[in-house]
Amino acid sequence: MKYSLNINNQKVQVEAEPDTPMLWVIRDYVGLKGTKFGCGMGLCGACTIHLDGQAIRSCQTPISSVKATSKIATIEGISTNIDHVVQKAWIEEQVPQCGYCQSGQIMSAVALLKSNPNPSDEDIDNYMSGNICRCGTYVRIRKAIHLAANELKLEKSKSKTVKATR
Amino acid sequence: MSNNSVNRRDFLRYAGLSGTAFVLGINHSSAHVETLHAEKTLHATSVPFNFTPYIIIENTGKITLFNSKPEIGQGTFQSIPALIAEELELSPEQYSVKQTGGESKFGPAQFSGGSFSVRSSYNDLRKAGASAREMLITAASKQWNVAVSECYAKEAKVYHKPSGKSLTYGELAETASTLEVPKNPTLKDAKDFNILGKSVKRQDVPLKVSGKAVFGIDAELPNMVYASVEHCPVFGAKLKDFDKTAAMKVAGVEQVLEVERVFGVYKATGVAVIAKNYWAALKGRKALKVNWDFQGNDNFSSQAYTQTLHELAKKEGVIDSNVGDFEKSFGESTKKVEAFYETPFVSHSPMEAMNCTAHWKENNTLEIWTSTQVPSDVMRDIPTRFGLKADDVTLHTAFSGGGFGRRLAIDFIIEAVNLAKALKKPVKMVWTREDDTQLGPFRPPTFSALKGAIAEDGKLVALQHKVISPTIMSFLNPNNDKTKLDGSMTEGISHQAYEIPNMKNLFVYADIHIPMFWWRSVTSSTLAFSHECFIDELAHAAGKDPMAFRLAMLTKDSDTKRVLNKLKEVSNWDTPLPKGKGRGVAQWEFFAGLGGHVVEVTKLSNNAVKIDKVYAVIDLGTVVNPDTVKAQVEGGIVMGITAAIKNGITFAEGKVEQSNFHDNPVLRISEVPQIEVHILAEAATAGGGKNIKGVGEPGLPPVAPALANAIFAATGIRVRKMPFDIEKLS
Repeated sequence: MKYSLNINNQKVQVEAEPDTPMLWVIRDYVGLKGTKFGCGMGLCGACTIHLDGQAIRSCQTPISSVKATSKIATIEGISTNIDHVVQKAWIEEQVPQCGYCQSGQIMSAVALLKSNPNPSDEDIDNYMSGNICRCGTYVRIRKAIHLAANELKLEKSKSKTVKATR
Repeated sequence: MSNNSVNRRDFLRYAGLSGTAFVLGINHSSAHVETLHAEKTLHATSVPFNFTPYIIIENTGKITLFNSKPEIGQGTFQSIPALIAEELELSPEQYSVKQTGGESKFGPAQFSGGSFSVRSSYNDLRKAGASAREMLITAASKQWNVAVSECYAKEAKVYHKPSGKSLTYGELAETASTLEVPKNPTLKDAKDFNILGKSVKRQDVPLKVSGKAVFGIDAELPNMVYASVEHCPVFGAKLKDFDKTAAMKVAGVEQVLEVERVFGVYKATGVAVIAKNYWAALKGRKALKVNWDFQGNDNFSSQAYTQTLHELAKKEGVIDSNVGDFEKSFGESTKKVEAFYETPFVSHSPMEAMNCTAHWKENNTLEIWTSTQVPSDVMRDIPTRFGLKADDVTLHTAFSGGGFGRRLAIDFIIEAVNLAKALKKPVKMVWTREDDTQLGPFRPPTFSALKGAIAEDGKLVALQHKVISPTIMSFLNPNNDKTKLDGSMTEGISHQAYEIPNMKNLFVYADIHIPMFWWRSVTSSTLAFSHECFIDELAHAAGKDPMAFRLAMLTKDSDTKRVLNKLKEVSNWDTPLPKGKGRGVAQWEFFAGLGGHVVEVTKLSNNAVKIDKVYAVIDLGTVVNPDTVKAQVEGGIVMGITAAIKNGITFAEGKVEQSNFHDNPVLRISEVPQIEVHILAEAATAGGGKNIKGVGEPGLPPVAPALANAIFAATGIRVRKMPFDIEKLS
């Protein structure tokens, strides 16, 4: 079957079996390797991507279920210069160890901050519990999400100040 | 992979630029720097000059440092090149890092294991950097016709102090590389360090937050096929026959063939499905019909094996150590304690499941792309095993999506090369999470029979720790002597700093057919639990505070004493906790190093607790990157808690009962306590570089016993079996 997809604001044509999970479509058909295979059962979050802004597990999402009009975002699509506020916070806190799960962690964190710009530790624990890190970087993930939330707050207050002075 | 490719325009630009590169290297046998040989380079992006195999300075100024210790999350991508960069006067943004692939010029120790990387490289790589620095300075002094003493290096340039003029390393590289290599270069004083000892940001982190880091599983080659292998779930089985009819009907499936997996003495034949894409390979594999001959191994169960180990505990065993007269002292004592401890099989479960891409070409050369902890072992094994010359095998070592010891084994690499040899085209073999969970090798279970006696004065006078377990060596060494001690299975029990006058430790060998292997902190990850929990039991039997009881056995100065005193201070041990809370302490010294933890828990009900906080102290000699050290201890604690409270691997009818993260869970973010890490670096003063301890593993062993001891303090329940469910203690 032929499918057209919108991945990171680029139109892509893919020919694949309808039951092929988006994980393998993104990695092996489109060639974006940042999205990772961890469990194949939606248990670990390593394959997390955004479908119309929502964090989903790409290993559980067959290509046939994705509309041509839907917007898919992967880790490669959230910034061009590794300068998304969440990426910057991840660097500041030196979160990754082996790094394999971190694309998924970051995609979940970006979605969390979109729906809840000021999460508590408990909010973070609830939202991020679907993402496993075997290296155990959890303490730093919490710190980095708080840091990113603070940065977002600062940006917002700055833009308000600019508007007010105009 | 793509970063090795030269595009056509670059090729045209550089094709005319060939030159002679001078290669100097560390001679690993005598550990001094010497000239090896000169070689021609073609199509290079510029003219490179190698100062040792670990340093390339190009005439354009580009500097590349090589890392021979694979990055598995432990920070060697930063810490190892930093040893060179510090002495070579480079700041982190002035060089790029390349991972070595087991090439002989980089020596025989290209591996990450045993918390060994920084310890084993600290002096040699600093010397390599210092030699190159001195050669660059000498080259500048010659060019300017001034004294060497008037020149100094800084930020990839050599300066002439009186005049202030400077030359870049790139400008000096050619002349410098023709000079004699200094045998005893002057190393920098630690007080002048710019990188070492500082929390420098790791160069791999930006790659890992942007999806750009290349792991083994990301290898991609033209005309590549994908493989998924059906292995027998029962260990020790033989392949009878298989029916591939249905598998071949799956769209995309190209071929079905037998393939052998080899792990030490363990060999097993599986059935591989080769397809145009991985999803098709998986679907084809599900459609296979395979018949196995279980060879009677389908009657193996963990329950029965537990009974076997209990029976074996009645044997005397072989002696690990014998100090004083244990029998006499124990026999005469009026206060005796005896206990039995059990630990389970566990899987490594790195997030990146085992995988390997291999290409056996028509001209009988072989190229391998994989995540491995042991490039040197791969290059020692594969060429010989497959009848190839070492020069005809190229290994590309990618970032590892976790290692924890699993990637010290090369079973999956041999398996992929077997496929590549049969297919003669690039093949990417990827294990599923289920394969990774069920196929081992596993951490061996250790059972412990312990005896202790307390003297009138409340001190421990007699201790016996008898370990009953299968051994890793019986899989690695075909000539393993079962009647002799395997010291790696009694790791650490006779080497704690406690001053115990009478101690006799023993080992009883247990047979098993299931592949066993090293797991982060190896046997210390189980024996620290039994040993340090039992010390706690003895403390309570003596009516002493567990911290005071331990310190009373440490009258002489020792690293352990320093660690416990620091723990006592940072955890406010002497300040009582509110009612309903409890704390426990444990420490462990072993081949990798030394660490200690205090764990605090809250009692939720009579048989349930919540883990509140872990205070950690790690004892090191020299610290290369304090932030990385903290990260490693944090990670060790999380992995140690998982092994303590999550269910581990069990067997029924010869098969592993767990399959994926739902029934073989690892700790999730909501379960992680607060963690506070303290680094002790006093051992540095004991001998510059000599007394360096490891980082990756020592944070793990004390977690389980400190937690179990805290549980006792809070609830009165003594846990003697891992794993234990902290919500349903018994």
